[in-house]
Amino acid sequence: MHEMSIAQSVLDIVLQESHNHKVNRVLSVAVKVGELSAVETESLRFCFDFLTKGTLAEGARLEIERVEVTCHCQECGSNFTVQELIFACPICKSPRVEMLSGRELSVESFEAE
Amino acid sequence: MTVKVPVVRNILEANEQMAEDNRRVFRDAGLLVINLMSGPGAGKTSLLERTIDALRQEIRIGVIEGDIQSSYDAERIGQKGVQVVQLNTGGACHLDGNMIKSSLAALDLKQMDLLMVENVGNLVCPAAFNLGEDMKAMILSVAEGDDKPLKYPAMFQQCRVLIINKIDLLPYVDCHLGRMRDRALQLNANLEIFEVSCRTGEGLDPWFDWLRRQVRERKAEVDGTKS
Ligand SMILES: Nc1nc2c(ncn2[C@@H]2O[C@H](COP(=O)(O)OP(=O)(O)OP(=O)(O)O)[C@@H](O)[C@H]2O)c(=O)[nH]1
Ligand SMILES: [Mg+2]
Ligand SMILES: [Zn+2]
Repeated sequence: MHEMSIAQSVLDIVLQESHNHKVNRVLSVAVKVGELSAVETESLRFCFDFLTKGTLAEGARLEIERVEVTCHCQECGSNFTVQELIFACPICKSPRVEMLSGRELSVESFEAE
Repeated sequence: MTVKVPVVRNILEANEQMAEDNRRVFRDAGLLVINLMSGPGAGKTSLLERTIDALRQEIRIGVIEGDIQSSYDAERIGQKGVQVVQLNTGGACHLDGNMIKSSLAALDLKQMDLLMVENVGNLVCPAAFNLGEDMKAMILSVAEGDDKPLKYPAMFQQCRVLIINKIDLLPYVDCHLGRMRDRALQLNANLEIFEVSCRTGEGLDPWFDWLRRQVRERKAEVDGTKS
C-alpha cells in the first residue's frame, strides 16, 4: 500500500549515488525485497516507472530479487527455509526460532553510463 | 561505458534513523513505549480507554493517536484527562518515525510511565515502520476471522502481544478461537495472547496485570542503569 513511498526512497538513493559517482544515465536498479516485507512487486515496479520519468533513471529496469524467509533454530542450531508460514524447526520441531532473512528492503546496486 | 555501482542501502534507512533518534529520547525519559496496531475498527481506541480507566491511578499514561484523518480518537482519549496528541497522516497508511518525532514536542515524557501509540488502522503497512518503540502489540477482533494470521503474517511475526478482542461476539461469528491462537502461534511462538472484550470487560484483567509488570520492569531497568 505504501509502494509509492518505497519507490520514492529507492529513487532518492539511486539519484544520490548517481550524483556521487558522476554518471549520466541509470540503466537498471537491483533491489532486494523480503517475502515478509509487505511490499507488492508489481505495484513497486509501476510506481518506480512513474516516478523515474524526467529523471536520469527514466526507463531504468527495476530488477527485484525476492528473498525467502529463513530462520535459525535456537534449540538445535539448524538453519531452514520457512515453508507455508510455519515458524518452527523442521528438524527438532522447536518453535524457538530467530528470523535470519525475509524482511529485506534494500537497494543492492545499479548499472549506469 | 556501462558501470555497475554497488550500493547496499536499506530503503527504509531514513525511517530507521528517525526511529533510532526517538528510541534515544524514550530511553532518556525512562518510559515504556508500545506501538499498538490492528486493522480498522478492531478496538484500539476502546482498549486504550479501558486501559486508562483501569490503570490511571497507578501508571501515568500518554497516548499518540494516529489516523489518516480526523481527531475523533484523540477526543475520546482526551476525555480521560491524560496527555494525548493527534497525528494525521494525510493519506499515509502507517505512522513513521518522523511523524512520531514531530509529535514529541507536544508531550511531557518525563511525566509519563507508559506511552501508547495507536497506529493507523491497517494490518499490513504499520508492521514495516519502526517508530522507536519498545514493543509492538496488535489487536485482532473475532469478527475479522481466524484466517487473518496466515493472510497478514508480517504483523503477527513482529508483535510481542496479540489481543483477541470482541469475544462477546463469538456466538454470532464464524471464528474458532483455538484455531486463531494456533495460527498466530505458528507464526510467532513468543506471542503473549489475551482474549478480551472491551465491551463487557471480560478477560481484561490479565492484560492489565501484564502491562503493570512491563512498566515495573522498565522502571527497574532505568533505575538500575542510573545507580
Ligand atoms: N461488540 C464489541 N464491540 C467492540 C468491542 N471493542 C470495540 N468495539 C466496537 O468496535 C468499534 C471500533 O472500535 P474502536 O475502538 O474505535 O476501534 P479502532 O481500532 O480504534 O478503530 P480505528 O482507529 O478506526 O482503526 C466501535 O464501535 C466499538 O464500540 C468489543 O469488545 N465488542
Ligand atoms: Mg481508533
Ligand atoms: Zn531445531
